[in-house]
Amino acid sequence: MAKKTKAVSSKSKISSWGPGLLLISPSIILVGVFVYGMIGANIITSMKDTHTAAQVSGRKPSDFVGFSNFGKLFADPDFQHSLINLLLFTVVFLVGTLLIGFLWAWLLDRPIKGEGIFRSIFMFPMAISFVASGVVWRWLLNPAKGETASGLNRLFQQVGLGFLQNSWTQNITFGVVAIALPAIWQLSGYVMALFLAGFRGIPDELREAARVDGATEWQLYKQIIFPQLAPIALSAVIIIGHMSLKSFDLIMSITDQRTYSTKVPAIDMFNAMTDNDYSNAAAIGTILLVIVAIFVVPYLIHDSKESAKR
Amino acid sequence: MRRNALAIGLVAAMSLSLTACGGSSENADSGNSGSGDGKQVVDVVTWWSAGSEKEGLDALVKVFNEQFPKVEFVNKAIAGGGGSQAKQKLATDLAAKNPPDTYQAHAGAELQEAIDAGYLEDVSSLYDEFKLRDAFPKTLLDRLTVDGKIYSIPTNIHRSNVVWANTEVLKAAGLDPAKPAADLDGWIADMEKVKAAGKTPITVGMAWTQLNLFENILLADLGAEGYSGLFDGKTDWGGDGVKKAIEHYGKILDLADKSLANEDWEPAMKPVIEGQAAYNVMGDWALAAFNAANKKSPEDYVYFPTPGTAGTFNFLADSFTLPVGAPHPDNAKDWLQTCSSKEGQVAFNTIKGSIPARSDLSADDLAKFSEYQQSAMKDFAKDTIVSSIAHGAALPAPVSNSINDALGKFIQGASDGAQLQADLVKATASK
Repeated sequence: MAKKTKAVSSKSKISSWGPGLLLISPSIILVGVFVYGMIGANIITSMKDTHTAAQVSGRKPSDFVGFSNFGKLFADPDFQHSLINLLLFTVVFLVGTLLIGFLWAWLLDRPIKGEGIFRSIFMFPMAISFVASGVVWRWLLNPAKGETASGLNRLFQQVGLGFLQNSWTQNITFGVVAIALPAIWQLSGYVMALFLAGFRGIPDELREAARVDGATEWQLYKQIIFPQLAPIALSAVIIIGHMSLKSFDLIMSITDQRTYSTKVPAIDMFNAMTDNDYSNAAAIGTILLVIVAIFVVPYLIHDSKESAKR
Repeated sequence: MRRNALAIGLVAAMSLSLTACGGSSENADSGNSGSGDGKQVVDVVTWWSAGSEKEGLDALVKVFNEQFPKVEFVNKAIAGGGGSQAKQKLATDLAAKNPPDTYQAHAGAELQEAIDAGYLEDVSSLYDEFKLRDAFPKTLLDRLTVDGKIYSIPTNIHRSNVVWANTEVLKAAGLDPAKPAADLDGWIADMEKVKAAGKTPITVGMAWTQLNLFENILLADLGAEGYSGLFDGKTDWGGDGVKKAIEHYGKILDLADKSLANEDWEPAMKPVIEGQAAYNVMGDWALAAFNAANKKSPEDYVYFPTPGTAGTFNFLADSFTLPVGAPHPDNAKDWLQTCSSKEGQVAFNTIKGSIPARSDLSADDLAKFSEYQQSAMKDFAKDTIVSSIAHGAALPAPVSNSINDALGKFIQGASDGAQLQADLVKATASK
């Protein structure tokens, strides 16, 4: 009797998950080959010594060299410079968008006239591609000072803030931070939208209840609103963080692929590809993947724990 | 609400009509390029997409259409500074065994990578077929030959060691435009005078234009023989000659307007054309920019070999190749024939500002060229020829790219002279 029920239940199991699996199997296979398979191929390439076109085309053999490409990259002062640039850029970009995005959302959260107009204005830069805004910002960030100044330097001159003039992207240490300005300009609106949704998701009853209990405005924010916004802030960090790690088009259109002060690993990867140095390009790609994983994996774990709780 | 629905409807209608347009034009394209109506095509990749370069290409295509009316030219131009974008795309296409029918490349060592990889057909037989061995000067053929084989057919020859100077600015600084300095030290002294007169002494643009300037300083300090020795190991990149050149380079950069260091050559040349700066070292394609601005020599501008390099011709050439596995090799050969023909070279070069690779032009043909080009042709015939690094004639592409990186670091102050020299040694030792 017991045996029979087991057989029935396993049969009904297949009929319950079988069609579903069949439905998603094409995408599982496609993702398996074109995402994970390609990641695997990339890692294998990064452990070979394919540094010339002849090896790419198969005319000359490539050998397996293990992690030596990675070792050489991390020992190369130019690549270290790229990594430091990436860190600087990410920190400024993240902090900038989060602060401005939150501030805008907070301002718009209060009922104000013409909220829709402000929302569109703040969101608008996101509609422009990085390449298009890069061309404009290239001019705005023109490093010339004095008589030949143009862009922001000119503006500073005319409004009597001449001391603010600087060399922008040409500064070796902080040049990359100048690139973060347009990036912040472009994505603050998006972070604002995220936070605004968060604010709107907090029921008014909660606030009123807190006020009735005698909470000050600061306590209200600290105890009620900020905890509710934490998941939103986390998603904003993940989205902006991984965008900044991949940033390439904005830098390419504001400076170019050979400008030392604004070089990041993604640019190095592009340059290695141009020289048919597939192994170094793949190694840099792998390093970027690992850095993004460091960002994203804790979030995924956190997320799955949350959904398990529910 | 109703207004919203109307707006949505409008947008939908617009996007529909847009897709309809896209669809129909695509159909028209495929109709033209398909072999169904008996018309043949040749896909040509260049980076001549704007200005005099584009006009020169158009003139060449016109000749091609007359010579081979059955074959349609399909322009696959990819824009971007000195071909950097085009080369990226080409590297991918070639590695994926998906080559165009023919592509533009700088003649010389830049092709070495592609030759080693087996991407290019040996076109030596075409030289016999089109009778080019007598038409091209021997110095050029020597530079094109790799292990007895030739892999590209040049359309033109450029010179990279030319200084372009603004006459007014020089006069204002008390200099005689007709008498340029004889060596680098004299030239730097002239720049100091320009600076004292309140103008920018020299302009320089993005990485490859920096290399264009640097290679000519190397040439001036090492001499033609020492400079050519850099590429076959006879001259040491770590030696005193290069050190001296780096010192000169540093002094000249100190006098330069570095705010242009991200720009292509044209924006960097603009201050010279407009009279804010005195000098710019650039290949002779700059002539087209002066012509476009309606400037006349010697009233508005003067040109002379980079001080210290008189009597040498720092050469580079654009050429076309025949990739292995080209989809339409016969049509590509037709294109190569036009590129190397007298008509094609005259039509192209009179507009692009370069000189023809052929040395057998008639007096009538020669008369069609500008005063500058005629003087360049005379120099090419009598001067010592050396190969340009910045334009791929002297070193394989990965090496000149590493040199670009090293110079980019130096101009921003991220490395000093000693570090630059160490970077140069490293860059040239890598291959």
